[in-house]
Parts: sequence; C-alpha cells; structure tokens
Amino acid sequence: MKKSLIQIIISFILFLIAMAIPFENDLINKILFVIAYLIVGLEIVWKAIRNIFRGKVFDEHFLMSIATIGAFVIGEFPEAVAVMLFYQVGELFQDYAVDKSRKSIASLMDIRPDVAYVKRNDKIEKLSPEEVEIGENIVVKPGEKIPLDGTIVEGSSMVDTSALTGESLPREVGIGDEVLSGCINKNGLLTIKVEKEFGESTVSKILYLVENASSKKSKSENFITKFAKYYTPIVVIIAVLLAIIPPFVLNLGEFRQWLYRALTFLVVSCPCALVISIPLGFFGGIGGASKKGILIKGSNYLEALSSAEIVVFDKTGTLTEGVFEVQKVEANEISKEELLKYAAYGEYNSNHPISISLRNAYGKEIDQSKILYAEELAGRGIIAKVEGKEILIGNDKLMKEKNISYIHCNEIGTILYVAIDNKYAGYILIADKIKEDSFKAIKTLKQNNIKETVMLTGDKKEVGEKVASELKLDKTYTELLPDGKVQKVEELMKEKSEKGKLVFVGDGINDAPVLALSDIGIAMGGLGSDAAIEAADVVIMTDEPSKISTAIKISKKTMKIVKQNIIFAITVKVLVLILTAFGIGTMWEAVFADVGVSVLAIINSLRALK
Amino acid sequence: MEKNFKLKGLVCANCAAKIEERVKKIDGVEDASISFMAQKMFVKINSDDDETLKKIKKTVKKEARCKGRGNLRRML
Repeated sequence: MKKSLIQIIISFILFLIAMAIPFENDLINKILFVIAYLIVGLEIVWKAIRNIFRGKVFDEHFLMSIATIGAFVIGEFPEAVAVMLFYQVGELFQDYAVDKSRKSIASLMDIRPDVAYVKRNDKIEKLSPEEVEIGENIVVKPGEKIPLDGTIVEGSSMVDTSALTGESLPREVGIGDEVLSGCINKNGLLTIKVEKEFGESTVSKILYLVENASSKKSKSENFITKFAKYYTPIVVIIAVLLAIIPPFVLNLGEFRQWLYRALTFLVVSCPCALVISIPLGFFGGIGGASKKGILIKGSNYLEALSSAEIVVFDKTGTLTEGVFEVQKVEANEISKEELLKYAAYGEYNSNHPISISLRNAYGKEIDQSKILYAEELAGRGIIAKVEGKEILIGNDKLMKEKNISYIHCNEIGTILYVAIDNKYAGYILIADKIKEDSFKAIKTLKQNNIKETVMLTGDKKEVGEKVASELKLDKTYTELLPDGKVQKVEELMKEKSEKGKLVFVGDGINDAPVLALSDIGIAMGGLGSDAAIEAADVVIMTDEPSKISTAIKISKKTMKIVKQNIIFAITVKVLVLILTAFGIGTMWEAVFADVGVSVLAIINSLRALK
Repeated sequence: MEKNFKLKGLVCANCAAKIEERVKKIDGVEDASISFMAQKMFVKINSDDDETLKKIKKTVKKEARCKGRGNLRRML
C-alpha cells in the first residue's frame, strides 16, 4: 500500500508541474504527462495485457487502459493522466477502508483465548486451548481470558462477560458456578474443571457464527452482484456504438469528438465502488450488533429485521423471569416471617420450583432436625410435622379436605394456603415475575413502528392475560400446547403485509419449530445454551428483550446506508453517462464522479459499524 | 458436504462475485458463497474427491488475479 501511495504522490507532482507550467516546447509537457501516467498506470496496463492472454478481456484494468490510452491517442494528455491517477487513488482508498473495517471487526471479535494453563501431574503447563481435554483442571489468573467452558472447583472472582454479552456489569462467580470461555477473570484466582473441548466451547461457536454470518447474503447484495454483472458489458457496448454510429452512420460531427465520449463511458464502467460498499455496510452492521451482544447469523436476517411488522413473544423465560418467586405473604394471627418459615420447613424435602422459591424467600438455613416428617399429598400439597406442630401447605382442595376454615383468595398466580395445627395461618402468593426490561422492550418496539406485539403461552388464561395487560401487548393467546403455538404463528404469518416480517422471540429450547417457521427466529439468553444458538437466526446473549429493538434499530440504520449507497451511486453514474452522451460531461467530471462516489459510499458504509 | 476456504488477499468485491459465479458452475459443486469481507468461501460439494477441489482452486486462482494478489489457502 505504501508503494502505491508513493507512486501516486510522485505522479501527482509531475502532473501538477505539467499542468501549471506552459513550457515553450509543449513536448516537455507531453513527456511529463506520459511519465506521470507510466508511474501510476504501467502496472494496470501490464495486468490488462496479461489478463487478455488469460482469456479475461473485459476486466476493469482493460477498460481503464483503453480509456486512458485512447485519451492519449486523441491528444487529451491531462485527462489520460488524471483518469489513471484518480482511479488509483480510489483503489487505494478502497483497500484502506476494507482493511480497516476488517481489522476493527477482528479486534471487536478479539475474544479468542490464546493459552490455557493446565494442571497436569502437579505442575502447571502452558498449552494452546485446543490441547486441553475434558475433565482437566485449568488455572485462570486475574486479567486473563477464560479459555474453555467449565465449572469452578476452586476460588471465586468477578468475571467480565462484556465480550460475549455487551453487558458491562461484571458477574460474581464461586465454586460450583459455570463459567464460559471468552469471559475475562477480573480479580480472583480460579481453578476450573473443563467441560467442553475448545471446538465446542462458547467462544469458538460465537466466533464461527460471526465470521460466517456474511456468507448468507441479503437481497441487496444479490441485487448489486446482478447489477454489476450487466452494468459493465452494457456500458461498454454503448461506448462502442457511441464511437461508431453517430459519426459514421448518422453523420453527426467528427469521429474524434464521439470517440472522446465513448472513452469517457469506459471511465465510469467499473461498478466496484458499489459492489464493495454494500457488503461493507452489512459487515459493519453485523459487527456493531455483536458488540452489543446480539449475534445475527446472516446479512439476510439483518436485512429482514428492518421490515419487522409483528413480534411474537413466548411468555415464560422471555418476557418473564421464568423463575417462581414469592410475591406476597398474608399472615393470619402470626408474623409473616413465621408463616414463611413454616412453609419453607414444610416444603424442604421437595424439589418443586415452588418449594425452591419458598426457601429462597425464607433465606435462612434450615435445621433439618426440626422436621419430624413431611409427606406430599399429590395434587393438593404437603402435610408435615415441624417443631411439634402439624403444618398443612396446599391449595383449596387440601383446605376443604381437612375442614380448615380459610379465606379463599382471588389473586392471580399460585396460592399456597397454610394451616398450623388445623388453624388457618395465612396464604403465600407465588408467581413468575415480569422482567424489568420487558416494559422497556414493548415500549421501544412500538416506537420502532412494530404494528403488533403478541404473546403466546401455555399458561392459564388469568396468568397470561395479567402479564399481557401489564405489558400493554396487543394480543395474547393462552393455554396453548406446543403445536398450538405453531398454529397461532401460522395464522399470524397470514395477517402480516406482503413485505412485512414476523419475528418470534423465545428461549430457543422448546420452541425450535416456531423459530424455524417464523421469518426471523430470535433466541434469548443464548449465552451458554447451544440449543438456542443452533436453532435461532438471531441470538441475544443476555436475557434482555429490549435488545430486539436494538437489533431492529441497527438493521434499519444499516439498510438506510445500503439504500443510500445504491441510489446515490447508480444515480451519479447514470447521470454522468447521460451528460457524456450529449457532450456536456467531460472525462474530468467522469473520473471525479467515479472516484468520488466510491469514496463517499465507502465512508457512508463505515458508519454502519458504529 | 461443506468446505470452508480462506481467500487470502481478496481485495476486489467484483472479483469475489465472479469467483463465486464460476465456482458454482463447476461440476460437483452444489453451492458456493463468498464472504468478501470475511475473505472466506463456503462451498457445498457432492463428493470429496481431489478432482473437484483441484478445479475449485484453479478457478479461484484464475479469477482472483484481478489485482495480482490473489492467493487461495485451504482452511478446513
């Protein structure tokens, strides 16, 4: 690149001298022009000749060579040099921009760990992550990248997951916690038992996805490729006709003048700027999204997201936390803490999510010796003996069966009535919690002109509708079986407009058929879930549904840039061609227009990365 | 089966499109896609015989010469 820059500068100086100083003998000017031309253009002419012998006639080098040599022949020396000079400037800039953009994406994706420190035979060996086997222990010092997925067996620390999720808040981890490759260990020394080979690890999978995303081409890219395929031959054919028909057939002016116009056509015959700026834009968009923790698996999906019309959500785990939590404790004659304590003790032996939520809400150590017995009564609840008291925990049925005079409660969620020694002690309301971020998600989707937000759930009608009304969703379908979800999505697919797209958002685990059916399947919380990464078209690494709006925004911005470039470049080129054909445009304008369009389109494309 | 090639020194987007088109036409190649920005080519081939791979390499070499820096390296 440096070499060509020096060539351009020397050539440009000679060109300026030849332009500025009218030597007495204008042969000196001509020689200077020819030298300036040879410095920048010889390489191109040489390649053109070489390619002809390889059977490639109409490549851009050939066309540039013909245009410039032709200009010399008809005595337009400055034009000939200018065309070659600015063509080279454009090429140089193109290479620079592409290179820079590739590097910035590479550094964005600089999450690949280089080394792993493995404990083998009481020694720590430095190995490449590929060489570490499952079950081995690796040591990760503060500041280092975690090289492989595994579970912590020793130590605790804060880990920075931002490279994977875009989430800047570090996560606290300790013994027994799973950690993922690509995260950075912030402060503590960790010993990790490896659970996946490097090729199967999170970091490898993410890198593979991002690197390969641009192979799934968008419609815009295919359009441009097709356009380029016909553009050059058509322009060349018109150029040839322009040189022959008006002067010889129609007798309109002299041959020299028409030849000049034809040569000018050749100057704008290369579609490279356009062809390069489109993938550059998509590449930037995909890179920018991955920086925010959104993996888009193809340019086609990035393109489709911009025309999203209907967004369908799965409820549990997507809009709600997917974790049961104690929402309310109503005690009767005893304290709330006591009620919670008896409930937690009574349910201690159960592994049901409800029991877990009770223990979490109680939050204190459970002294097992205080539990004399606990028995599960299928479909009703639990009967237990704790601290000498008989505890009943369960639903209406249990209370009625045991003849407890309780107060029926109409709240939405799972209600546990508690009785102590056959006396009603109160109730506990357990429900799945709506994610804080879901409110923002629905609001921003509306701001992004999404026509319809829909929720599908297998949950009870009351529960589903409560969530939907709190979130202000447009439609809700409840009590759906898995195939019911497929059916609903099929119906919704028919409702959207022709160009509109349907987005389905789920956890990516149970909803593979729906993800596949929708135009764009988005899986949430993809971090650590291979199934989700596999099944979806777009993976959101965190569990924030508002990232869907972010993805749509990035998509719209990218598409705007791409469209601007297509329209701008084609318009300018066609305009130059028309002006030239009527003798208004000159070769100067053609070369500036051509290189200018290139540079502007590329600069515009680079915006997509931000 | 799918093959993944690294196209080192791929600097011209127009050439990339031409390479893609030509490779698609090779016997035994089902589909080909080039990511210009990632400098990679993905090829779906019917059989893993050396003949097809040789043809692919030859085609790429011929087309990639547009800037004289084309250089194909097999990745996987």
